[in-house]
Amino acid sequence: MATIVVDNQPYQVHPDQSLLAACLGLGLDLPYFCWHPALGSVGACRQCAVKQFRDEKDTRGRLVMACMTPVAEGIRISIDHPEAVEFRAGIIEGLMQSHPHDCPVCDEGGECHLQDMTVMTGHAYRRYEFAKRTFRNQDLGPFVAHEMNRCIQCYRCVRYYREYAGEYDLNAFSLRNQVYFGRSEDGVLESEFAGNLVEICPTGVFTDKTLKRHYTRKWDLQMAPSVCVHCGLGCNITVGERYGTIRRIVNRYNGDVNGYFLCDRGRFGYEFVNRPERIRRPLLARDGALVPLTAEEALKRLGMLLASASGMIGIGSPRASLEANFALRKLVGAGHFFAGVGEREHRLVGLGLEILRKGPARTPSLAEIEKCDAALVLGEDLTNVAPRMALALRQGTRQQPMELARQKGIADWQDDHVREVAQDERGPLVIATPNQTRLDSIATTFRGSPDDLALFGFAVARAIERSSQAPLEDSARHEQALINETARALASAKRPLVVAGISLASESMLQAAAKVAWALAKSNPQSAISLATPEANTLGLAMMEAPALESAAQTIREGSADTVIVLENNLYRRADSRLADDVLKRAKHVVVLDFLPSETTAVAELVLPAGTFGESDGTFVNNEGRAQRFLQAFVPEEPVLESWRWLARAMAASDRGEGAAWKNLDDVLGAMVSALPVFGPVRDAAPDSGYRMAGAKIPREPHRYSGRTAMLANINVNEPKPPDDPDSPLAFSMEGAPKEPPGALIPFFWSPGWNSIQATNKFQSEIAGPLKGGNPGARLIEPPSLTVPRQPADTGETTLLLRGPEPPAGVCLAVPLYHIFGSEELSSWAPAVRELVPKPYVALNPEDAQALGLAEGQIVRVAVATSSPPGQSKDGKEFSLALKLASGLASGLVGLPAGLPDFREPTMPAWVTISKAS
Amino acid sequence: MLSLLRTFWEILKHTFRRRLTVQYPEEKPYLAPRWRGRIILSRDPDGEERCVACYLCAVACPVDCISLQATEDKNGRRYPEFFRINFSRCIFCGFCEEACPTYAIQLTPDFEMGEYKRQNLVYEKEDLLISGPGKYPGYNFWRVAGVEIGGKGKGDAEREDPPTDVRSLLP
Repeated sequence: MATIVVDNQPYQVHPDQSLLAACLGLGLDLPYFCWHPALGSVGACRQCAVKQFRDEKDTRGRLVMACMTPVAEGIRISIDHPEAVEFRAGIIEGLMQSHPHDCPVCDEGGECHLQDMTVMTGHAYRRYEFAKRTFRNQDLGPFVAHEMNRCIQCYRCVRYYREYAGEYDLNAFSLRNQVYFGRSEDGVLESEFAGNLVEICPTGVFTDKTLKRHYTRKWDLQMAPSVCVHCGLGCNITVGERYGTIRRIVNRYNGDVNGYFLCDRGRFGYEFVNRPERIRRPLLARDGALVPLTAEEALKRLGMLLASASGMIGIGSPRASLEANFALRKLVGAGHFFAGVGEREHRLVGLGLEILRKGPARTPSLAEIEKCDAALVLGEDLTNVAPRMALALRQGTRQQPMELARQKGIADWQDDHVREVAQDERGPLVIATPNQTRLDSIATTFRGSPDDLALFGFAVARAIERSSQAPLEDSARHEQALINETARALASAKRPLVVAGISLASESMLQAAAKVAWALAKSNPQSAISLATPEANTLGLAMMEAPALESAAQTIREGSADTVIVLENNLYRRADSRLADDVLKRAKHVVVLDFLPSETTAVAELVLPAGTFGESDGTFVNNEGRAQRFLQAFVPEEPVLESWRWLARAMAASDRGEGAAWKNLDDVLGAMVSALPVFGPVRDAAPDSGYRMAGAKIPREPHRYSGRTAMLANINVNEPKPPDDPDSPLAFSMEGAPKEPPGALIPFFWSPGWNSIQATNKFQSEIAGPLKGGNPGARLIEPPSLTVPRQPADTGETTLLLRGPEPPAGVCLAVPLYHIFGSEELSSWAPAVRELVPKPYVALNPEDAQALGLAEGQIVRVAVATSSPPGQSKDGKEFSLALKLASGLASGLVGLPAGLPDFREPTMPAWVTISKAS
Repeated sequence: MLSLLRTFWEILKHTFRRRLTVQYPEEKPYLAPRWRGRIILSRDPDGEERCVACYLCAVACPVDCISLQATEDKNGRRYPEFFRINFSRCIFCGFCEEACPTYAIQLTPDFEMGEYKRQNLVYEKEDLLISGPGKYPGYNFWRVAGVEIGGKGKGDAEREDPPTDVRSLLP
């Protein structure tokens, strides 16, 4: 720790930071623009000027930029010195010279860093009387709106976009006072992380286009801490609601998980909640149509079904919370509860979980992935499967070049200098996938079928193990050279990382990844393995250890159950339609709890309207086994209820055991922890509902929340009492505890004078460090020991491969290709995301296409071969699809899009034949 | 005795004074234009709605009796989809008028708002919007704002340079 003196007041601060970060970390108000905690300092805007003095006797001092000055022992500065104050006011007056008179119609207004800083410096009166410079705007796609007039040329957007997110279609153009930030021509921003520009931009140049359609100021949003539901990484988000609809999602800082950034699927996928198609009333199938019921009728009906059922089963869901899954398990009994996933995914996730639990390689958090200096990605197209992890890996590749800067004595936060030293250097990142990925430009790549990739992984593992005994011999073969190079890079790294997942449905690939991680962990306890899980609660559901859908079908077929309760799940997305039919159509009674219509709700007898993530409380377990609580942002219109509450009421209606007495989330959690001790730490994910600050609940609404006495006055002039929240320490109110709540309960980031998201600084114990009181979330998986690596059981690697018999001539292997916009079920309902969802297609390598005499755009018949690899799809589906040439696809493979709305691809990998459509 | 007589005299004197009592409601008193009475939404000199749905009146309101929802027409011009004032809560403080950046919301010299039903005191945009500019005849926010709306492109606002040609490299 170093002592710095600010305005004659001594403070203790961490020495490895800039003065600006130190001052902000101390809670002092110092204006800034070009600095950002995740981007470091470049000293471009001159806004954070302070006076620095030689010693106590020095009264003249000199102006320095706080962001460019390192903390040094005994340094004396003054923020309040009149000269510094005047300098900063002058800077802002210059920046405001051409700023338009837009605040009333600007979406940033009320949470604008430029507004905050202008007020902070005291610039209130415009002296410049000449004409303002103007710019034309660009159409940047469905997510981000562009209004260049408001720009103050801080360069944060291009620094983030090009240097942090690694996309190059946004740039600075022109010169002097006409510098323009945009694309060379109109078009959708290419980066999957472009939505972060909304928060990076200190003013209203880049704003949220989805928010614009139902615009609400930040002060009018009822907000709650939540967790993203669009993949398995569990990024923390803040949900904002007004008039019963979700208005927008912003990033919620969690130093261990997503830090400052989200992906566009997470930020803009929320609109599925507001869809008019939402199931908002209980529905009963009568004469082939679904007729609405009241909640009481529905519960009565459900009670009758439960009482008359001769055996019932429950089918859980990887997109429902732990609590909802557990409530269903309680209702039907542990032996009758099935995971709502097919056997294959069940087996894969189970294997993944075992790998994570067994260790010794630990699974890292996203923040730790950013610090991994070498990585091997096996099989996963991360940008499209677990996008935020791709952004984290990109930062990881900067670790080794940063070492060069460190050796030269340059601090990490000296962004420009570090990049000058590093140039285009990147740390080792090896990506082995069937198709090209968005990270390829910074990686060494290996293409092949899932089996080839697994073999590649095993070979790397062997090479690492061999290298610990003897030096690696170089081989002439390209493949062998790459294997050796990968092994060497991983073995010599400080924190090597292996990433795999289940997107290619290959067990051998998971085994290969585990082998590499184990081989690394033998000599380096810092080795890590991370598995990308597809859905918000995939791992949580797997930890419940319920059997897969196939077993559920078996139970129905045997006739030991005739009633099925399906929780937030579309079984037709999880398994072959025949298997789903087996479960749903053979059963006499089908009850479905969900929020959007699907093939499953279409065949249900009773549909109950479930609450989405914004309307319920619960816990998700992310891909690293971190249990994270999400809290309700608003109370939906009756009778929409959170799933676990429906199930608790059903238990009450049919007088079933303990569940009937559940009053709130804590009761469910308590019951869950005692029934499934593995979830013990889940209770620490957030304080329980009894938690109070200064005797009061924490308000979900900012203290300036407006319209309280008019919002509902059109319905009834007598204002209703605000709804109670029995489940959490948060209140649906603007009144409550004035202090900063613990990390898991921060409904929004705001601090006096800091209305923008930059107020996050005030909630951290140090800048870019953990939130005060620790980052939220509780890890459920810690491998037993990191120091004593154990010899893993040897799995016979070749027997695991799918390869089996050679396919007959003319048959190729179809692999799933994932799309960040389209492959995920819920976000595809959001209109903005829907605009970017590709049309169904079939992808072929151009050479393969040429050999078959096919051209781009041609309609091609794809038939699933009946003689598919053992255990794979045999349902003989046929598709007519437009051909897309994919030069990055490994030759010999066929790519089909996975999970698109309106397209049910076959279970892949599958053998298919390709022919010209007649 | 003397004071009694003086009282009589004073009363007699007042008989010839100008009467201050106004025979309301037959006779209406004069109210200054700045009187803070019934709230209206005005139109700009071109006859378009002045309100740009910035929510500043709503946030300034100490009793939170204003609620609205912003929306945009096809030209990019922002306006309130609905605008509601609950006059049964309004305290006629005039903060909304002070906060309004476009002179849209104005308090008028009218206090005759008595109702038998409280529900009738909830005014929607149809009830609030008048056809003229109210107290501020000349002002049109869109003429000074930098955003583009139908009929007014970039650089067309008051004191604005024409849009920059970003491809020019001339100094």
